Amino acid sequence: MAMDAGEIERLIRAGIPDAEVTIRDLAGDGDHYAATVIAASFRGKSRVQQHQLVYQALQGQMGGKLHALALQTGVPDAA
Amino acid sequence: MAIEQFIDNEVKNNDVVLFMKGTPQFPMSGFSGQVVQILDYLGVPYKGLNVLENEDLRNGIKSYSNWPTIPQLYVKGEFVGGCDIVREMFQKRELHDFMKQKGLPVKESA
Repeated sequence: MAMDAGEIERLIRAGIPDAEVTIRDLAGDGDHYAATVIAASFRGKSRVQQHQLVYQALQGQMGGKLHALALQTGVPDAA
Repeated sequence: MAIEQFIDNEVKNNDVVLFMKGTPQFPMSGFSGQVVQILDYLGVPYKGLNVLENEDLRNGIKSYSNWPTIPQLYVKGEFVGGCDIVREMFQKRELHDFMKQKGLPVKESA
């Protein structure tokens, strides 16, 4: 039951085309990742909504095949 | 009573509800344990509901909030988030102010 970082990144990008995705493998077991997803399309959305968009992009894998994904989302800095 | 209604009652009739794995005294998952620690640190009273005791509850809560994982924190009927969001809010001191804004008792030192 695991997903590799590349697959996670590909799914998120496919679901959120303007997303900037960085993924860290926390445990090296293909089961515990931390991901940061920054997207202009998140602007005006709550954290819960932003995370839900990422979970939708992961097509139901979150909580199933993908056990632990520590997620941080945000919008690009104004700079 | 349908699980949906049970959840709705719990969420609406308790100021702070944490749907978790295990109990506040004995969390059964690291993520649930982290949220318990944060709530205990803030000193805000809350009700823990153990989803491991009831498979319908464990699945029902995920569709209720359209959120795929446990734990799930609700404050005054509103879904606040899972472990990631609660921890991020706590680290940014947003959670302490959020609880106060909702009129909930939190320790001043937190």
